Amino acid sequence: MSQDKFYQTPSQTVGPYFAYGLTPKQYLYNFPSIADGNLIINDEVSGERITISGQVYDGNGHLIPDAMIELWQADAEGNYSKDLSMFHGFGRLGTGTIKDSKFEFQTIKPGRVDGQAPHINVIVFMRGQLTHTYTRLYFSDETEANSQDPVLQSVEEDRRNTLLATKTIRPDGTTCYVFNIYMQGPNETVFFDV
Amino acid sequence: MSQNKRDWDVQPPFLYPDYKSTVLRAPSRPLVPIKHTLSELTGPVYGHDLIRPFDNDLTMNARVNGAPLGERIIVAGKVTDERGRPISNTLVELWQANASGRYVHKVDQHDAPLDPNFFGGGRCLTDSEGNYKFYTIKPGAYPWGNHPKAWRPNHIHFSLFGNQITSRLVTQMYFPGDPLLDYDPVFQGVPEKYRHLLISNFDLGVTEQDFAIGFRFDMVLRGDNETPFENR
Ligand SMILES: [Fe+2]
Repeated sequence: MSQDKFYQTPSQTVGPYFAYGLTPKQYLYNFPSIADGNLIINDEVSGERITISGQVYDGNGHLIPDAMIELWQADAEGNYSKDLSMFHGFGRLGTGTIKDSKFEFQTIKPGRVDGQAPHINVIVFMRGQLTHTYTRLYFSDETEANSQDPVLQSVEEDRRNTLLATKTIRPDGTTCYVFNIYMQGPNETVFFDV
Repeated sequence: MSQNKRDWDVQPPFLYPDYKSTVLRAPSRPLVPIKHTLSELTGPVYGHDLIRPFDNDLTMNARVNGAPLGERIIVAGKVTDERGRPISNTLVELWQANASGRYVHKVDQHDAPLDPNFFGGGRCLTDSEGNYKFYTIKPGAYPWGNHPKAWRPNHIHFSLFGNQITSRLVTQMYFPGDPLLDYDPVFQGVPEKYRHLLISNFDLGVTEQDFAIGFRFDMVLRGDNETPFENR
């Protein structure tokens, strides 16, 4: 090739009809998915079992039923593992199959990566977004680690709470962190220039 | 070690009011800068065990009682980083409407026929030189509600990972000479100078004798500034 500058291919929206291509199993199409809402491949994997649940809101405060959420996270030891036999650090769900446009991931709580507080990278796609957005999910009960996390501390103080997933214990005793994403408004989620 | 940022000269903005649904879905606050850590510089890796025979052939992968209707085409190209270096063994996912402009998606209400022999989803891995190839049917245009007489140009949706989550790309490929491109706010959302990057080229090299015409669509993912990341 003779070019020396290759321009990034421009992004385009994922559109309203991504489901059978990107999340087919979740939406009950006859095509396997490369990832879904369950990151735990083998029950033997170590780590605290958690659910990550949330909803996505538009600028009018309405639920967005056609967003797609991707997670990328470390395992309980803080490693981004390439070994997919135990745990898949990547998850992907649309918001169109669970009541009230929820997403619900079954995963393990990640360990610390390079001294950062435990966190999950979140990528958000939807109709109406010409390019995807990146955010991070931190855990509300990691007060100490959060207070020393360089990324979280780089965010204006009054916006940091938009990155905190709230710990709740469900009636069945399991732990669920609730992480809602607000595209606009007073609680607008912090999106990073990743 | 850092990674190139999104090139906002090339990338569409979040807010593009002609594309009406951006108005309530675009972040209104500036993005917060972040120094890349291992979290940004890693990403999921997929292997050949994921890909089944015919996953890259949409003319074959959903047959019930015959071949799908429409114009058979081949879409092929190379995936590189911004320095032109091939990105090998990366997952390419694709989805599209059928020849009539209808998606199998349950929400698609367009009054055009479904094709029992066409699903519209596929995937493959790039080879060692970053090349991918799909066999499919040329997708039809379809109407949408953005503005009166709004029709999406013929397009194919693509989703790629590259080597880290920063190189994640979801885009759409268009066809040369499509008159609808001038009226499509999704396409027009890209800065004018770089829109051509989304239009495939008719390519005799990709074309197969007596079988299907070929379109070439190369894709460039964000690459690192320096040496490849060592823990990969
Ligand atoms: Fe489409």
